[in-house]
Amino acid sequence: MTGGTWKHAPGFYAGDRPQVVTSRFQYEDSYTLERYLATDGYKGLRLALARPANEIHDEVRNATVLGRGGAGFPAGNKWGLMPQGVWPRYLVVNGDESEPGTYKDRLLMECDPHQLIEGCLIASYAAGLSQCFLYIRGEMALAQERIATALNEAYAAGYIGKNILGSKFSLDIILHWGAGAYVVGEETALIESLEGNRGMPRLKPPYFPAANGLYGQPTIVNNVETLANLPWLLNNGTAAYTAIGTATSPGTRMVAISGHVNRPGVFEIINGITTFRDLLYGEEFCQGIRNGNDLKAFVPGGGSAPWFTPDQLDLPFEASQVGPAGSMLGSGAIMVMDSTTDIPRAALTLTRFYAHESCGKCTPCREGGTWLERILSRVVDGKGTDADLDQIFEVGESICPGAFPHASNEKLGIAAVPFPYRMNTICFVGPSAYAPVHSALTLFRSEFDARIVKRTMIKVTAVSE
Amino acid sequence: MARITEENIRLAREIIGRYPKARSATIPLLHLAQEQDGYVTNEAMAHIGELVGASSAEVFGTASFYEMFKFEPVGKYLINICGTMSCALMGAEELMHHAEERLGIKMGSTTADGKITLERAECQAACTEAPCLQVNYRYRYRVTPDQLDTLIDDLSAGNLASEIPAHGTVAVIRQHIPADRAVGAVAPELVTENPVWLDGKAAL
Ligand SMILES: Cc1cc2nc3c(=O)[nH]c(=O)nc-3n(C[C@H](O)[C@H](O)[C@H](O)COP(=O)(O)O)c2cc1C
Ligand code: SF4
Ligand code: FES
Repeated sequence: MTGGTWKHAPGFYAGDRPQVVTSRFQYEDSYTLERYLATDGYKGLRLALARPANEIHDEVRNATVLGRGGAGFPAGNKWGLMPQGVWPRYLVVNGDESEPGTYKDRLLMECDPHQLIEGCLIASYAAGLSQCFLYIRGEMALAQERIATALNEAYAAGYIGKNILGSKFSLDIILHWGAGAYVVGEETALIESLEGNRGMPRLKPPYFPAANGLYGQPTIVNNVETLANLPWLLNNGTAAYTAIGTATSPGTRMVAISGHVNRPGVFEIINGITTFRDLLYGEEFCQGIRNGNDLKAFVPGGGSAPWFTPDQLDLPFEASQVGPAGSMLGSGAIMVMDSTTDIPRAALTLTRFYAHESCGKCTPCREGGTWLERILSRVVDGKGTDADLDQIFEVGESICPGAFPHASNEKLGIAAVPFPYRMNTICFVGPSAYAPVHSALTLFRSEFDARIVKRTMIKVTAVSE
Repeated sequence: MARITEENIRLAREIIGRYPKARSATIPLLHLAQEQDGYVTNEAMAHIGELVGASSAEVFGTASFYEMFKFEPVGKYLINICGTMSCALMGAEELMHHAEERLGIKMGSTTADGKITLERAECQAACTEAPCLQVNYRYRYRVTPDQLDTLIDDLSAGNLASEIPAHGTVAVIRQHIPADRAVGAVAPELVTENPVWLDGKAAL
């Protein structure tokens, strides 16, 4: 069965492409141990346990399994950053998925929890991690239930716990869940939260979690999708994995495309080569813009990413090309705006999000985000002035000094400023509040100008008698 | 009112036992307290502090950071309508206005009968199914104003009681670690040696 939406996997379309992490979504009972075992489940773990741990680590390194949580750092290299001889080491799974537009980890957790569990087991075996915490977003009741059920089944069947499958490998996997705070998705905030604290990012350096993480111990934080790749990799080998995608972005990637397209959906795409035009207009993907409208703009990589316009449609979904073009791929989320979109208002939905989610630890984000939201609200309500627009750039400059990344635009005659930016904040929440309003104002200035009240100078003259 | 009940203390101790440090159980225990009373009471926070070795102020400090914890009673059903970009592009504002008019309350407040609380929420990771909402963290996708009316009718009539537990309960299934399979949590300072499987192969 290909294509179509299933009730248990809402929004997902399989298509006719390689499926590394979504192969079981076609089954109504994809989340059960029975189905998992009937479809090669826990075979990758068995293969791993038959080989020395360092060999499995090398395999993940050689396959260049890129992190799917946002930064795209290769997992094998990240594991290699842990200091030698310091024990215990922990695994914290980032299942906090809350970046605007992002919808993939929840599907993986709801539809194939055993695949994630097997990924955690393989990673822990390979990197010598002695306890695993699965941190799931608090608002995801079904994902928590499916994972709890899967963990219970897997413990009972001997896949988790003491002497797994009769081997020397032992691991507890603990289901942990949050309580609603976007910033907790940042890995050091995730660790703070897991220690029972307010989820505020830690100052870096020295707190790179691989060296100094949970309880001050070496800790690997990996995204759900990253770990979900490992069972397939172990089953099929590095050569098969790198045969998909490109040399710098091997394998597949899950992408959620939402907004004004004919068929919004979640797709597992071939990494590195699929273009935005394929994704937005292709028959097997979103099938064009709704109502035959024109495309106005799209956010290529989650709410934090600077925006693209039709000028960038032919770029592939490949970090090495999207970066120089002025944006990032982030968490695999594309949000599409058609010609009817009220651009300042659309930007406000994102700026408001980041302003509200600021943890308050650093001033440029706490104050700057709030200012941006207030000024933008004023402009959207038709009460803004031209000075407000200048002030948006000024406030932005205090969060991210220097030229802020943006896309090129032929009509406007502007060249791209490449990603990334410099920042005055601890984490990316502050810059993310600026990104949408900066993009909107740079690419669609006329929509703001039409909205604002132009100030006229009041002449001050001496009053004579 | 409401410290943690005897039965929940047993559960709380089981949960605490899974972590190398008791403090890590703070958020799960806050959820347990909210499940018990529908919101998190001051007494429960003081009790959680005793259980994990923190002051009640520290527990409140943690709890108040997180959106899901409520410190006053809310409706039996909490309807969170997503208002972030993808949902906004697909009509979330209209849905919120409709909900406000239908229930005669503003976003952020509760109906007089204490049944339904309305809240504006941020991205719920269902962006392709916009506009979407959650009732006590159970999803409804691509919601039209008519469907919202039906949902409210059903909630008021108690038709969804089996599918949607009262506010406070998130997941209805818990993790259970069988004693004979558990490795057991060890305080980090007590671990000094590398995991045994790192020497050679793990398989016997
Ligand atoms: C504000 C902020 C929010 C983030 N949210 C998430 C998230 O919800 N899920 C996630 O996997 N990574 C998130 N990240 C990225 C994580 O910090 C981290 O890089 C990632 O989990 C590492 O996993 P990976 O290497 O497997 O990608 C976020 C980062 C920032 C700065
Ligand atoms: S950038 Fe914002 S969210 Fe991040 S640490 Fe600073 S104040 Fe907190
Ligand atoms: S924007 Fe509403 S679910 Fe993501």
